[in-house]
Amino acid sequence: MSKVLLEVDKLQAWYDQSHILQGVSISVTEGTVLSVLGRNGAGKTTLLNSIMAVLKKRKGRVTYAGKDIQSLQSYQIASLGIAYVPETRGIFPSLSVRENLEIAARAPITSGQREAWSLEKVYKLFPRLEERAENGGGQLSGGEQQMLSIARALMTNPDLLILDEPTEGLAPLVVQEIEAFLTELKQKGLTMLLVEQSLGFATSLADDIVILGKGKIRWAGAPSELAKDPKIQHTWLGV
Amino acid sequence: MFTDPTFLFIQTLNGLQLAMLLFLLSVGLSVIFGLMNFINLAHGTLYMLGAYFGLWVYVNTGSFWVALALAPIGVMVVGMVFYVTLIKRLRTAPPLKQVLVTFGLIFVGLDAVRMSWGNLSKSIPTPDVFSQSVTIFGEIYPSYRLFIIGLGVAVFVILYFVLERTRIGSVIRAGVDDRDMVSCLGINVDLAFFGVFCIGCYLAGLSGAVAGAVFPVEPGMDMSILILTLIVVVVGGLGSLKGAVVGSLMIGMAETFGQVFLPQFASVTIYALMVVVLLVRPGGLFPTRAA
Repeated sequence: MSKVLLEVDKLQAWYDQSHILQGVSISVTEGTVLSVLGRNGAGKTTLLNSIMAVLKKRKGRVTYAGKDIQSLQSYQIASLGIAYVPETRGIFPSLSVRENLEIAARAPITSGQREAWSLEKVYKLFPRLEERAENGGGQLSGGEQQMLSIARALMTNPDLLILDEPTEGLAPLVVQEIEAFLTELKQKGLTMLLVEQSLGFATSLADDIVILGKGKIRWAGAPSELAKDPKIQHTWLGV
Repeated sequence: MFTDPTFLFIQTLNGLQLAMLLFLLSVGLSVIFGLMNFINLAHGTLYMLGAYFGLWVYVNTGSFWVALALAPIGVMVVGMVFYVTLIKRLRTAPPLKQVLVTFGLIFVGLDAVRMSWGNLSKSIPTPDVFSQSVTIFGEIYPSYRLFIIGLGVAVFVILYFVLERTRIGSVIRAGVDDRDMVSCLGINVDLAFFGVFCIGCYLAGLSGAVAGAVFPVEPGMDMSILILTLIVVVVGGLGSLKGAVVGSLMIGMAETFGQVFLPQFASVTIYALMVVVLLVRPGGLFPTRAA
């Protein structure tokens, strides 16, 4: 019944001379979570940057909701309903927390099922952000920055949320908090593409898993199958 | 004489007036650079064109105010043509290419001005409203110079309001912070940049038209102001309104007082100031990005 929302077909990408992605194909089904796992340097961030056209030197085919988005610019891709929470979080230090959120505000593309996000709703989800509303984006702790980055992505009312290692480098308590938010978002039916280094939360949230290693897909399947395959885990995730 | 408060006050006004002209020029240059890493060395040429356009409109209409209204718009149109034909293609080019092309434009502008208006120095007469001088602390001071100061303050207030209080202002500030991220939020940064570029050209033209009534309008007026403007941008820090204001005030004052107090060192005062600032704060006084 459910349709494929994002499809990446034989994607290749380069940083200067180095050939990072060497033919990667993934697809994200509407209403599900796809986790892409892999070690540092496997090409995970490159994959996300290529989808969002932040990285321009790439070949292959990327379609979103049946539309070829490979030739579009980043802002056009985002306006189709894709939100990106990058590994660097991308908070604007010159803007206050509230301005960081307001700048992203956009009406949802698909009307209907899900309720639209607003400043009030986002503040309800992350009360810390409301307390810090008038603070500069540069004055936030790592955890607050991550919350702001996710909240800002939600303000665009996306149909697909792309997250790059959202819990990396955060204190365990904050990690739990963010994992709870993402679980709640999944229950609300939001489609997500989640990148993580290792098993754990990414596996428990995911409906499907793809393992990326040295620029190629090394394994794809359901979380339960991966749990039964220590050899794959050892070779490509180092556990 | 140097400790005479009236004299100091008058020099301060002179410094302020130069600072305001520099501010009108540097704010555009600085924000354009901050938003898209584009170095436009032809910014001084736009200033010179503003002065000549103002002169041309004045000669044909006899009205200073019409000249002041139309000249900046003319300069903005020239800027738009540059943007579409050259600058758009240079967007992602390495800095050296940007510098070479815009440096070339300086010579093109210089010869275009020489061909159209000749080599002689000209000037735009100030309107009758400003024919009276005002008396401040018993000293006579040209009221037109006070007008320049007021204009600079007004532009600053407007820019401050737009940058700090409106959505387009947020987009510009965010674009200076992280262009790619703004794009990933579905915002067309290139369009915002084009708007900023046009405003920058407009202000450069305005500055030139205003200056045409104080300084001689002549080929080469672009180079002298370009160097001062670049120093303002470097001292103030790239991409920030605050930096442009503070940098303009410092350089305007240093240039004015340097010529009065240390005439034999006048040509090095501002460079010395720049060196000191850069030694203490390599990114300028108010950098918007980590240097």
